[in-house]
Amino acid sequence: MAEVQALVNELATKLRKRKVEGSRETARLTAELLRTVISQQRVTSAALVEVVRDVGQQLIAANPVELAVGNIVRRVLRIIRDGDLSPEVGGLTLVSQGDDGDIVEEDDKPFLLSDAISQTILHPPSLVAQLESKPNLVCHFEGKAADKTPSSWQFKHQIIEGVNDLIEDINTCHELIADQSLELIHQNEVILTLGHSRTVKKFLYAAKEKKRSFQVYVAEGAPKHLGHVLANELTEKHLQTTVIPDSSVFAMISRVNMVIVGVHAVMANGGVIAPVGMNMVALAAKRHAVPFVVVGGTHKLCPLFPNNPEVLLNDMRCPSELLSFGDFSDCMDFSVGSGAALLHVVNPAFDYVPPELVSLFVTEIGGYHPSYIYRLISDYYSADDIVLQQKPAS
Amino acid sequence: MDPRRPPRTVIDPKVRQVGFFAAPEPIASSPPVSDISPSGNSLSPVMIPPPRHSSDAARPVLFSPVPPASPGRRDSLAPSDLFPASSPTASSPCADAECAFSPGRPLRSNSVRPAAAVTMSSSLPGRGFDLTAAVTASSVPATGLMKIPSGFSVKNAGKARNASVEVENEQGSNSKPLKEKTTKAERRAIQEAQRAAKAAAKGEGKAASVVSAAASASVNVKPHKATKAPTVAASEKKGGGGERPVEKERKKEVPPPRMQYDDTSRVEKAKRRSVVKQTEARNRVELFRHLPQYEHGTQLPDLESRFFQLDPVHPAVYKVGLQYLTGDISGGNARCVAMLQAFQEAIKDYSTPPEKNLSRDLTAKMSSYVSFLIECRPLSISMGNAFRFLKSRIAKLPLTLLESEAKASLQSDIEQFITEKIILADKVIVRHAVTKIRDGDVLLTYGSSTAVEMLLLHAHELGKQFRVVVVDSRPKLEGQRLLRRLVGKGISCTYTHINATSYIMHEVTRVFLGASSVLSNGAVYSRVGTASVAMVAHAFRVPVLVCCEAYKFHERVQLDSICSNELGDPDVISKVPGMEEINCLNNQANCGNLQPLNLIYDALPSDYVSMIITDYGMVPPTSVPVIVREYRREQLWM
Repeated sequence: MAEVQALVNELATKLRKRKVEGSRETARLTAELLRTVISQQRVTSAALVEVVRDVGQQLIAANPVELAVGNIVRRVLRIIRDGDLSPEVGGLTLVSQGDDGDIVEEDDKPFLLSDAISQTILHPPSLVAQLESKPNLVCHFEGKAADKTPSSWQFKHQIIEGVNDLIEDINTCHELIADQSLELIHQNEVILTLGHSRTVKKFLYAAKEKKRSFQVYVAEGAPKHLGHVLANELTEKHLQTTVIPDSSVFAMISRVNMVIVGVHAVMANGGVIAPVGMNMVALAAKRHAVPFVVVGGTHKLCPLFPNNPEVLLNDMRCPSELLSFGDFSDCMDFSVGSGAALLHVVNPAFDYVPPELVSLFVTEIGGYHPSYIYRLISDYYSADDIVLQQKPAS
Repeated sequence: MDPRRPPRTVIDPKVRQVGFFAAPEPIASSPPVSDISPSGNSLSPVMIPPPRHSSDAARPVLFSPVPPASPGRRDSLAPSDLFPASSPTASSPCADAECAFSPGRPLRSNSVRPAAAVTMSSSLPGRGFDLTAAVTASSVPATGLMKIPSGFSVKNAGKARNASVEVENEQGSNSKPLKEKTTKAERRAIQEAQRAAKAAAKGEGKAASVVSAAASASVNVKPHKATKAPTVAASEKKGGGGERPVEKERKKEVPPPRMQYDDTSRVEKAKRRSVVKQTEARNRVELFRHLPQYEHGTQLPDLESRFFQLDPVHPAVYKVGLQYLTGDISGGNARCVAMLQAFQEAIKDYSTPPEKNLSRDLTAKMSSYVSFLIECRPLSISMGNAFRFLKSRIAKLPLTLLESEAKASLQSDIEQFITEKIILADKVIVRHAVTKIRDGDVLLTYGSSTAVEMLLLHAHELGKQFRVVVVDSRPKLEGQRLLRRLVGKGISCTYTHINATSYIMHEVTRVFLGASSVLSNGAVYSRVGTASVAMVAHAFRVPVLVCCEAYKFHERVQLDSICSNELGDPDVISKVPGMEEINCLNNQANCGNLQPLNLIYDALPSDYVSMIITDYGMVPPTSVPVIVREYRREQLWM
């Protein structure tokens, strides 16, 4: 287990030092790490849930703002739980033989089975089924029984397969999203975007490759100014690109047909955590009735509801991105009687855009209105995993 | 004639009293602005003090108003076309903007007026034209003077072609100083009378009306191609002699269209005339073809080398122009003051060439200076207003004045404009605005505005406890300089960039913004990004207060930031200092598909503005046209 822990620590360090940025990259690394963790484990599903949850907590603690980590951990947990249930359906005998007589459990039994069946039939399961089922308990009791049986190998294999699928999904989501670009971009469209997003880039590329001609305004996205990078990449594909400073967004938005942006995370209420400045763009788009389209893979779907996201789900970046240290060194130590410094520099990394400002989410499984996000979340996550920190009582 | 409105005497108010009307006479009774205690909340929320510069009444008003704007001005490339800022209002008396490029043209064609006015008043018995009373000082300009021709042109009927010449000749003899005043009702009545007269004239022969139209056109239209113009004007106007004056009157109400740079023929013309040889930027944004965009940094060495050759431009003006070009002077007030001071210098060194009229020649000279300045950088609206003021002053110089006296008078006028309209106005704004700062406030400001800076410093001096959030944006990063000055004074500051506005807005209680101009529809024309900041503030229910001197108000309207704007150097957008790894735009700059766009201004919609603080008090954005109407005429062009 030591080598696994080393890998976990390595990724946690990277996250803590913000060496890994971008939700896609983080998601991929997390999923790969979890795959390694699972393959190293010789335990059954119940213990596996615990192990994955533990690793997940370490990673989340390393960068609580990077919601993709938590999302992937939850997805993996869900895979474990699902994989856990399917052999159960296959081998009813296994369950009954392992169950050595807890009375409380007896009562739940018929209920559980029917749920398990319904879940395998309707994949993904309905919200009701998820809320009513108690997979945690199932795991516990089954864990004891199913140890060291051939089905446990099969079960683990299934989980690894599931995680591989997840990684594959993360890798290919851009293409799936980009495939929808033609349905959203018409000829001579004027599109505005802010900062740099790989999803947006692929999306625009795809439309361009299909011979749509359109025009793109790229807001540079202070303080990182990654808009310049995107503009360069778009120009290489011979897209008509105009770089504007962030301050000109309001001036230009009246001539824009659509705003397409990539985001950091999508919250359960349909609001988004996005690179800083996005709220301003969204407000301007709202004012001019310009559709505000968010593109992003489902690994960005976060089952949490935002509470004061501007403060709690934000990162404060280095002030030197705004003010060079030399310039204001004489002001920095200037202090009044209270001893408080006179000069503060605020450089947040993220912005929260409320759901009412978002017109559409485009994910690899289709386009959705913000009000439908809760349903996608119930499809992808198990209700028990939504709060990862809370350990089960046992 | 309008039967409902009895003819008024001159003593009557010249404008209908609607909305915020401050009576001009009881100056003593209402509190002088300077007495307002800065700290106390004694100010009513909306208060327009009466005009402070009533001392103007004491100044000798010997001159008569200048002729009104003419509809034919699009024929000439007037400076007002070049600078998007200034547009002589129709009703403003400084309408000889269009003569800028025709120095030989008689400026004081207003002196035809005595004859015309007499004709007019005699033809309209009972219309209160008290000519003698009109000589006494009054601050309202006579506007509707366009309607001369009905009587006048008949007199000139035989000389249709030479009408303009004739008129010019007449002016020498008829230079009796005179001031007329018309109220709106009177003007309308006159118009209608003329229309009736025309209709009658039509009966006897269309020729007369045509002639009158031609005459009126050539009196007022001074196209730069002086040889061709009268005939063109005459032929153009043949169609509608009857409704001519009405149309003219209406046209006068709208500011003239600006120079559109996508009009190639006009751009060519302008280029031939220009001193600064600008190279057009290669890679322009399609949406902004109507705005001038030049390569930056190319023309400066050339200009510097020609410093001693450019005799038409006064060195002081030249210096200021170069400072505009390099960006050493920026900010509405600073640019305006620099321009006015340069003009002051130029006037000091001016001497009338032999056989030329001082006011005519000086106006032409000033106009050429202004067009030079425009080539360096398009004038801001405030500078346009200031130049309008100066021109009206020059035009209204009495002919009897000696050259030295005239020069002294102009210099003192400029001095007075700077002190009253800019320096004192800022002080008054600060006094008003400081009442809106309470202890514990968090004030947000964007960029660097002199008025806001003065306000913050003043509030700090008064001992108010507050914090300032300075929001800044690329490429200018003006906020850093403001930040340095504020921190230097011991004010607690938070610095951030424009994208983080919505993060910081939670803790902000007031937003103070500066403005380049306030337009008649309430839109605030200001540095780019202002609208974004105000929008976020509006979304967070934070009041937005705009500080703007009244001389920057303009009667133009604007809905977006695209129709009229200024384009800065696009290269500064693509170069991010300190981030060389992403400056890969540079090697791509020649690629035709990539265009950096550097807008300078932004039109902030009026619904985001809670209050505009001017030297006349604190008003909602809906009251801007009231200020433009009531005060502009009285104060700027009396």
